[in-house]
Amino acid sequence: MADPRVTIKIPRPLYNKIGEVIADSGFSSPTDFIVFVLRDLVGGATIEPSRDGESPEEIHDIRQKLKNLGYLE
Amino acid sequence: MIKAHGGKLINRVPEGKEREALEELAPGLPKIHLNERELRDFEMIAIGAFSPLEGFMTEDDYLAVLDLKRLAKGLPWTIPVTLAVKGDDDSAYNEGEKVALVGPEDEILGVMQIEQKYHFDKIAEAEKVLLTNDDAHPGVAYLGTIGDKYLGGPIWMLHRPKHHSFENYRLDPKETRVLFKAKGWDTIVAFQTRNPIHRAHEYLQKCALEVTDGLLIHPLVGQTQKGDIPADIRMECYTLLLEHYYPKTRTALSIFPAAMRYAGPREAVFHALVRKNYGCSHFIVGRDHAGVGSYYGTYDAHYIFLEFDRYEIDITPMFFDHSFFCRRCGNMGSSKTCPHDSSDHVFLSGTKVREMLSEGIMPPSEFTRPEVAELLMSYYTKEKETA
Repeated sequence: MADPRVTIKIPRPLYNKIGEVIADSGFSSPTDFIVFVLRDLVGGATIEPSRDGESPEEIHDIRQKLKNLGYLE
Repeated sequence: MIKAHGGKLINRVPEGKEREALEELAPGLPKIHLNERELRDFEMIAIGAFSPLEGFMTEDDYLAVLDLKRLAKGLPWTIPVTLAVKGDDDSAYNEGEKVALVGPEDEILGVMQIEQKYHFDKIAEAEKVLLTNDDAHPGVAYLGTIGDKYLGGPIWMLHRPKHHSFENYRLDPKETRVLFKAKGWDTIVAFQTRNPIHRAHEYLQKCALEVTDGLLIHPLVGQTQKGDIPADIRMECYTLLLEHYYPKTRTALSIFPAAMRYAGPREAVFHALVRKNYGCSHFIVGRDHAGVGSYYGTYDAHYIFLEFDRYEIDITPMFFDHSFFCRRCGNMGSSKTCPHDSSDHVFLSGTKVREMLSEGIMPPSEFTRPEVAELLMSYYTKEKETA
């Protein structure tokens, strides 16, 4: 199974600064805060996979299979 | 599109390093052979058809299913999905360790983490799930073939069980979901069957399709019982019907590779929940759904849905009464919609149809489409000659 999360590198001072900013804020870690902010920025609701976790590449492959089997034209 | 049961479509097919590690580990593990039912359950779990299950049931889930028709966390689930120890010696299987899951040709198919090894009561399971402990019931007979301990825990599928038929009709839940989206269908009704489709079934399907965007004909081709029409003949019937009588843009045919339990009402709910995982929003429940013999009442499979809140089931069951062609009405109808008595109705029992076909008599076109009748007659004639 593909790990649903990936690692993104950010400068350590920034990471440490975020740690200070979120102290007592309810965010359990800098990662939680970063995910929250990024979702807010790019419209998290629209990128949460309504397709149950399939990546665009997987969906492309499935569509190709469905075409080959005659389900799709 | 409707969400999978429990909110997330499960995928127990490992990739990358996780897969490599399990592939390396599996040959050195104790083995457990999967019987026909377990083999099918294993694949259904892995591809997400049994979401939210991630493996064979542990005792908490198993008992909750028996007693409450729910998983331990409260989600509706009506059928135990279990892995039995074969024979008396269970010393190789220890809690906290892994076991290799092996197919009929001794091939390693996957791995299970044994979370629990537990005794179970066959009579209790039979009476609660099948509503009988009569050995003549195929589900009770199955329990007689297995040991008295189950192993529960998550599985990983490394290799798919081999299939020797219907490769072009095998779609996993993630694939039917993409198909429905590509077709632009938002509401999809699933029709479960293990028999040829006659006019009455066609009527139910088309009534349902009138209020939904698409129809998924989802015949069961897994383990059935003696006397059932072979799956290849049934598939020919379905493709003929679709070709001649169904709108191509609104209908899809794919097989449902699960094993039958013949658990009647409980299995009706189970079939509905599983179809939700395939992306279907509606599910047709006819008379004596998943029944066998006379163990269940004609409409018990309708009444059981009343035990659940519609929002926790989520998929919409569409209940249909006994259907037939009415000569006075001049069309198909049901005991709900037709005011005339049975003397005006064209309906034949399965036994009567088999008799007619094996004697070369065509059933009336009001009962079955001629293309289907001819195909079945050819099958029964060959059967008779062989006998």
